[in-house]
Amino acid sequence: MTISEETRSELRDIAGRYPQARSGLLPMLHLVQSAEGSVTPAGIEACAEVLGLTPAEVSAVATFYTMYKRHRVGDFHVGVCTNTLCAVMGGDAILARLEEHLGVGNDEVAPKRQGDQYSVSLEHVECNAACDFAPVVMVNWEFLDNQTPDGLVRTVEALRAGHPVASTRGPRICTWRQAERVLAGFDDGLADEGPAAGPASLAGLQVHATQAEIAGLVQLADAPRHGLTNEEYDA
Amino acid sequence: MTLPDASANGSSANGSSATGPSGTGALMPVLTANWGLERAWTLASYAAFGGYQALDVALGMTPEDVVETVKASGLRGRGGAGFPTGMKWGFLPAESEKPRYLVVNADESEPGTCKDIPLMMASPHTLVEGVIISSYAIKANRAFIYVRGEVLHVIRRLQAAVREAYAAGHLGTDIHGSGYDLELVVHAGAGAYICGEETALLDSLEGRRGQPRLRPPFPAVAGLYASPTVINNAESIASVPAILKNGAEWFAAMGTEKSNGVGIFSLSGHVTRPGQYEAPLGITLRELLDLAGGVRAGHELKFWTPGGSSTPLFTAEHLDVPLDFESVAAAGSMLGTRALQIFDETVCVVRAVLRWTEFYKHESCGKCTPCREGTYWLAQVLARLEQGHGSEDDLDLLLDQCDNILGRSFCALGDGATSPITSSIKYFRQEYLDHLTHGGCPFDPAASTLFAQEVLA
Amino acid sequence: MSEVSTGDTTTVNLTIDGMPVTVPEGTLVIRAAEEVGVQIPRFCDHPLLAPVGACRQCLVDIPDAGNGRGFPKPQASCTIPVAEGMVVETDNATASKAQQGIMEFLLVNHPLDCPVCDKGGECPLQNQAMSNGRGESRFDGQKRTFAKPINLSPNILLDRERCIVCQRCTRFAAEIPGDPGIALIDRGARQQIGIAEGRDFSSYFSGNVIQICPVGALTSAEYRFRSRPFDLVSSPGVAEHDACGAAIRIDHRRGKVMRRLAGNDPEVNQEWISDKDRFAFRYADAEDRLRYPMVRDADDPSTASGHRAPLRPASWLEAFELAARGLAAAGGVGAVGVLPGGRGTVQDAAAYSSFARDTLGGADIDFRARPLSAEETRFLAEHVRGRSEVTYADLDAATEVVLIGLEPEDEAGTIFLRLRASTLRQAQAGAQRIRTIAPLLSPGSAKLGAELVRCTPGDEAAAIAGLTDVAPTAVILVGERLATSPGALDAAAALADTTGAKLGWVPRRAGDRGAVEAGAFPLDAHARDADQIIEGVLAGDVRALLVGGVDPDDTGDPAAFLAALDRAEFVVSLELHPSEVTRRADVVLPVAAVTEKTGTFLTWEGRPRPFPKVFDKPATYSDAEILGQIADRYVAMESAAPPLPEGLAGKHPRRAAAGAAVGAGAFRLSTWKLMIDNGSLQMGDKSYAATARPAIALLSRANLHRLGTTVTVTGDRGSITLPAQAADVADDVVWLPSNSTGRGVLADLASPGSGVEVTSA
Ligand SMILES: Cc1cc2nc3c(=O)[nH]c(=O)nc-3n(C[C@H](O)[C@H](O)[C@H](O)COP(=O)(O)O)c2cc1C
Ligand code: SF4
Ligand code: FES
Repeated sequence: MTISEETRSELRDIAGRYPQARSGLLPMLHLVQSAEGSVTPAGIEACAEVLGLTPAEVSAVATFYTMYKRHRVGDFHVGVCTNTLCAVMGGDAILARLEEHLGVGNDEVAPKRQGDQYSVSLEHVECNAACDFAPVVMVNWEFLDNQTPDGLVRTVEALRAGHPVASTRGPRICTWRQAERVLAGFDDGLADEGPAAGPASLAGLQVHATQAEIAGLVQLADAPRHGLTNEEYDA
Repeated sequence: MTLPDASANGSSANGSSATGPSGTGALMPVLTANWGLERAWTLASYAAFGGYQALDVALGMTPEDVVETVKASGLRGRGGAGFPTGMKWGFLPAESEKPRYLVVNADESEPGTCKDIPLMMASPHTLVEGVIISSYAIKANRAFIYVRGEVLHVIRRLQAAVREAYAAGHLGTDIHGSGYDLELVVHAGAGAYICGEETALLDSLEGRRGQPRLRPPFPAVAGLYASPTVINNAESIASVPAILKNGAEWFAAMGTEKSNGVGIFSLSGHVTRPGQYEAPLGITLRELLDLAGGVRAGHELKFWTPGGSSTPLFTAEHLDVPLDFESVAAAGSMLGTRALQIFDETVCVVRAVLRWTEFYKHESCGKCTPCREGTYWLAQVLARLEQGHGSEDDLDLLLDQCDNILGRSFCALGDGATSPITSSIKYFRQEYLDHLTHGGCPFDPAASTLFAQEVLA
Repeated sequence: MSEVSTGDTTTVNLTIDGMPVTVPEGTLVIRAAEEVGVQIPRFCDHPLLAPVGACRQCLVDIPDAGNGRGFPKPQASCTIPVAEGMVVETDNATASKAQQGIMEFLLVNHPLDCPVCDKGGECPLQNQAMSNGRGESRFDGQKRTFAKPINLSPNILLDRERCIVCQRCTRFAAEIPGDPGIALIDRGARQQIGIAEGRDFSSYFSGNVIQICPVGALTSAEYRFRSRPFDLVSSPGVAEHDACGAAIRIDHRRGKVMRRLAGNDPEVNQEWISDKDRFAFRYADAEDRLRYPMVRDADDPSTASGHRAPLRPASWLEAFELAARGLAAAGGVGAVGVLPGGRGTVQDAAAYSSFARDTLGGADIDFRARPLSAEETRFLAEHVRGRSEVTYADLDAATEVVLIGLEPEDEAGTIFLRLRASTLRQAQAGAQRIRTIAPLLSPGSAKLGAELVRCTPGDEAAAIAGLTDVAPTAVILVGERLATSPGALDAAAALADTTGAKLGWVPRRAGDRGAVEAGAFPLDAHARDADQIIEGVLAGDVRALLVGGVDPDDTGDPAAFLAALDRAEFVVSLELHPSEVTRRADVVLPVAAVTEKTGTFLTWEGRPRPFPKVFDKPATYSDAEILGQIADRYVAMESAAPPLPEGLAGKHPRRAAAGAAVGAGAFRLSTWKLMIDNGSLQMGDKSYAATARPAIALLSRANLHRLGTTVTVTGDRGSITLPAQAADVADDVVWLPSNSTGRGVLADLASPGSGVEVTSA
């Protein structure tokens, strides 16, 4: 496959964002994934050409990072966190259940069945900085918090069937290739979807509000809640 | 919840060190304060909350005075090592021909750590404002936020915030008419824990494999593009606006003597209300658990990490250790990123440690021998023990391997890999041996899950 | 104790294993230890590569960093500089524990295949495991495995499970030649050395990685499994493929060279050699190597056409005798042309020179087996012979270097690496500026960071004149190809004169500079140069030729050279292999290859590079020895020679100065020889030959667009059809490699700088 002139020009645009073009390589490889469905030799050559590197130098980078795939992944790439905390909170059980349900192993694609609109692939991922929402699953790098085996199976089936699935802290989940384009730095207009924070993120704040309310300092309903200065607090 | 040797509401009973404004054990939302607001991530919401006022305060000062203010606040790096932030800024050479850079470390990948991501999701402008003030302070005209790639929506929010900030004149040329220019790029990583290590991050940001660099030269002298560079954790930088707005004394008055200010404490695992709890440094886990509703109902605390998986495990005996840099170190661990992963008695420590070890093996960059080969070997020995094979001698082998890695590896990743192993053998030697006598793991993995009922049913 | 300043280097005093050491400031502890004979174990460290501190084998204990306080942890001695008053322990309990621990880790995944590994017996890992490892590994798990082995290039194979990822190879590739075609791939325990899919590790210097790999991970395709180090005898040598004089080590067994390695000569090639120097040695053992003298009997009168009799084997004595008689019969002064070629030693060149001058009594001798000019003859006599203005060290020190008609990467590998090293070194201190006067920025020039002073072939003189800002601290290097560009050598000499810059002449062959010093070229005004000798033969003035290692296709006019061989009444050929010369010769005398004789090459600088005989082969003689024998016999018969026709000496016609020829074509022909090409000393190593850069014509983008990707280039001698690529050349220039296709550009196409046509094929 050859890289289209349009993609090449976008690759050059990315390189142009930085004082030194090579800094663009990571986002450029995200764009290659978006355009090609994986990091292909043609994509590597294209990046090398834009940056004046050897293809070996680009391959060295492309193979270092786990988000770059040398083979196809599904339209929806499901990453189950099985780092210790999520694992004990249920990540292991979720992964096992999903492997069984999809009939695939780690980092494999479950091909589309008849009637499926989309394919899914499965991977176990490392800690994704959402431990307070454990067990956590990422679909195309959108959060699905506090998952259960049954719940995720239902979600995956909805994704395969083409039903809209919203991230618990984000928008309706787009395809993997669309997601890679955002990682390359191209806006998809979805920043305003979803909540500002999930319940766990607000847990401390809620306790604090309650404490403050008890102390008669702040009316829960009253905005703005802002960083209180010493004086305000003491007042 | 049963906590050993303390009253049920021990929160204020033994708070000897933390000096929050309302006494010990109280929360103090600063960075988290606006997270609950309607569309908190937007400029409109942030501005209504008083956002970007600190920027005007800073621009009204000389850069040197901003550095002094941050120094005086006592802010210490929130990325794990706790290096004084203002002092780090002061390390940049006074004169240099090369441009200076600010790089924000938003790679947040240390297992258990989950504070920067919600911060950037809920209030990206706090970070953006911090970036502008910090860049101004160090006289940088270019800044980068290096955010891990696996958090799509956070990246969208950051990019949108940067766009908004440009449109509003907070970024770009002649910011607020001050004559100061700044370009800010949000840069997505691509999946590598090691890229949180600051020099590996710089290599990664230069489009290379994220492997740590030889030091010296330190980033302050030769960092990004071999130019003077300040690299700080996202929470560190996000803390700067509040310091400018409320004053160094305000910040310094909170926390403990050498660990000033507030920080976000992330409780996860077997706790009734896991989540983000922002409090002055020096609060104890007992106090935090109290606020979070305690260990999940019907269970008791078995072990926990004070600052992520790279910090040696604590047990219930450490419930009252003030969570500040000095006290945690004195108790044999590290404050790290205040990533409090709580494990109750249903969790097998050997399984937990094996899983972390597999993580380090997976994330070892491969550059140095002890980390690359050591984690490879450790994982095999631990797996064998977990399955009930091997012998008691293997525990000494593990300890000796850790001894050969700790302080021998190129960067702190290797050191971190040994923490769970050595600390777990210290506190739970018998549990390892139980695997041998039991012929495998004596724990039921289903019992520890969030949906234990569903699975057990 | 305080720091002592001696001259401009400050020294530092420290203690290593109880021994006091004084070394220059900035010295790394691992080097300082070597000074007192302490060999700290190491893998990633290499003195010519930037330190990385990756393997951690060199950990030492530093109980006092010089400030009274020690390091709490063992330190990597390959990355830590010395400090005044520092105390280093390399062998105490802390250091030993650290070193043993690392060694044990390294062996976790290293296969126990030493008995079948090429490196067995000379393996740093094996040796250090013996000296610094623990007796038995505690690892009893699953070793990492890889499918084995993979080709990094046709030359080099990689057994990944043996690799300890010290990165010496990848660092070499990136830092030394600037060819990062191998790189670290993957991460963590799966980290390995690799190439991009479908892209070989392509570098003229690739073989060095085999040599510096501290384990048997990298092996040579040709040498692999062929021999064990303890079966080999090593002899020092000097590379014969260019004028750089690289030190090599020749490893041989039972009269056969098994492999060649880089020698270590800090003054010349440091520890690196080109792949040509490393892999191109099989020509000496080639099947068709001439083994015995051959002579041709007088023309066979029995055939009507007067067919020449075939060559037949002869004894050395008979051959010497016939050679002497034939040359003598041709007549005296001016009747015999001597063409020694450029591959001999100084001793050989001196023998040819003496044979021409003393024995034949003439001076018609010219070593130049390539396009040449009278201007060059003068230049060699005035600016090269007897002078040694520029050395490698001057290249390091020069603030700027001007390259004219010289592509160091292709034509002088050691110079290329030295220039790269100095540009990299000075990139920190203050850049060394390199300019190249050429029609295009070659890949090699790009790797030097050179600025292109663009110039149409043939117009170099004007370009040189245009250089107005050359500093007195500059070095100007001119290549032998400049002979084909009228006025260029004079202009270069004038530039050096006016600016005070140093001037160096860089020929291509190992024997060229020695031949200049030996006077094996027309020093006297009335003497013939090589072109005039050929002319003389064709005109009937010169009747016999004594030819050394000359490939007619390398000469300025191959057709004329061959015609001259046919026309000459008597030809003596001293050669290694059958050639177009031996085929036409009347006496063929096999000569010794470099390994079979002792001798001296002079580098382009004029530096003598003596080398010993590796193989003492019976009845194998150097050119010099053979010439001595002929001379002895020649003297005896001199009186038999008919006298030279009167008034002939000194009047030598010249058809056209080589290179000044401008044909009718719209394109100017630019050409030079790629390092790896069809040269006769490069035959016999298939893997090596497979790494040659492909024969491709370079055209401007517009021309390529117009003419397509296959073109036919036509000159006054013929046409060559080959693939074309776009390059940054002027619209009226076409570039071709000189000797990568057919018989080469000189024989098949045209003379360099002349006009040619390019059409789409
Ligand atoms: C293996 C490893 C991973 C790290 N990951 C992070 C990270 O994700 N985020 C972070 O801010 N610091 C991380 N650090 C610490 C950084 O190297 C550095 O100390 C920090 O970014 C400095 O910022 P601060 O002074 O504001 O804390 C990591 C360090 C190591 C050794
Ligand atoms: S192949 Fe050899 S030189 Fe290259 S990294 Fe491996 S061990 Fe080192
Ligand atoms: S030799 Fe020092 S770390 Fe490798």
